[in-house]
Amino acid sequence: MSMRPLPEDARCVVIGAGIMGLAVAYNLARFGVDRIVVVDAGYLCGGASGRNGGGVRAQWSSATNIRLMQRSIEICDAFATKMRINVWFRKSGYLFLATSEERAKQLGDSTDLQREHGLPTRMLDASDVRKLAPELDTSRVIAASYNEDDGVVFPWPFVWGYARECARLGIDIHTHTRVTELETQGGRITGVVTERGRIKTPKVICAAGAWSPEITRTAGVSLPSHPHRHEICATEPLKPFLRPFVGDLGTGLYFSQSMRGEIVGGISNAAVPAGLDSKSSLRFLALYARSLTRALPILGSVRVLRQWSGCYDITPDGNPLVGPVDEMEGLILTSGFMGHGFMMAPIMGELLARHLLFDEERELFERWNLRRYAEGNLLSETMILG
Amino acid sequence: MSHKVLICRCEDVTLGELDEAIEKGHDDLESVKRYTGFGTGWCQGKQCVGLVARLLVERGGQVPQLPITPRPPFHPVPLAHLAGLLDEEGSA
Repeated sequence: MSMRPLPEDARCVVIGAGIMGLAVAYNLARFGVDRIVVVDAGYLCGGASGRNGGGVRAQWSSATNIRLMQRSIEICDAFATKMRINVWFRKSGYLFLATSEERAKQLGDSTDLQREHGLPTRMLDASDVRKLAPELDTSRVIAASYNEDDGVVFPWPFVWGYARECARLGIDIHTHTRVTELETQGGRITGVVTERGRIKTPKVICAAGAWSPEITRTAGVSLPSHPHRHEICATEPLKPFLRPFVGDLGTGLYFSQSMRGEIVGGISNAAVPAGLDSKSSLRFLALYARSLTRALPILGSVRVLRQWSGCYDITPDGNPLVGPVDEMEGLILTSGFMGHGFMMAPIMGELLARHLLFDEERELFERWNLRRYAEGNLLSETMILG
Repeated sequence: MSHKVLICRCEDVTLGELDEAIEKGHDDLESVKRYTGFGTGWCQGKQCVGLVARLLVERGGQVPQLPITPRPPFHPVPLAHLAGLLDEEGSA
């Protein structure tokens, strides 16, 4: 990752060396595409790929997300062996709690859909939840859904694993190389200007997460997504006791015990204004601590060691922006993943590469294309957390 | 020998692990933190960041312009104390 000179030209420049950009680059190279360059403004794991809670789940409310995440979990399962790096994947299930009748019904509907797709998700009552996690206070729990195949990973090794395999396939990765402008001519991409020089290219894949709107804006392409800061924290490590990843879609509280023993989690905080921002707040710690100690009262004396933040890339309809941009030839998006891009990236990397090279998955890439905003075909998803 | 020398006492990171990180290209301070886990334990880097920065530069790594990003809270704080900071409406 040292400061080698930038190449003068490339077949394709991927912006963002997070898991999304690296997974796309890796799959393109695997299918034989050469002269791929990946640039990133910071260091590996500096963006959302290094800042998320590591949850990986197939419990979703739309058939598309269920199907994609089933396949993404299969890739996660094989990742350590295939990419020769330990990703600490712990398949210990995801438990979604409902504390209102409305949420219970939503979980029930989603569970039915997931079971139609072959998932082992099942609805639980409060006493089942206590059997699964006896330390949880279930006095407000009306119902819960549980999929034992969901799990938690350590996010960083995914990025390192993809980066190493990308390098092995000849992909040129340049960190600490901030993009300042997309160069265009007559409605098509001609190059990428960075703080370290210009790369001539006919193709740009924008995988810059929350930074995507400001990058595409330099080419006159306005995205409907916006950045939103989300915070997260870790406690001191504890002896392993909590098996499932626990989420509450009502409050946006989520937490799990990492393989290091820390309780890692976050909570929705709608009071945070939109914008790129990496600050940490005491208000977040207070909100999170109040909800967490209600859900898991035995944690009261456990200490918070550190908190940090990252930016979600939020779209108005809760679905991502993926595929070619109609009004700018050569510009391809893979952004707007609502804080769930990490878990989606292993499968999106493969499918986007297959779509660009072999025109596969047309229906998916039509559905998630930016043009749905111009055409008014907006989508929905109710199982967004945090 | 270098695998017996601790450079981060909270997380038991050794000098050998620093050498390995640099060899694999993780040669700036934030990347070394992520690859080795130094500075992510009880002291959050207060005891080790100066030492690791010096060792990194001595080994040809990038010269850090800043310490690793400080992560609040300054000292570990019990969740129950934090939970009491808000009233029911959620204002501090």
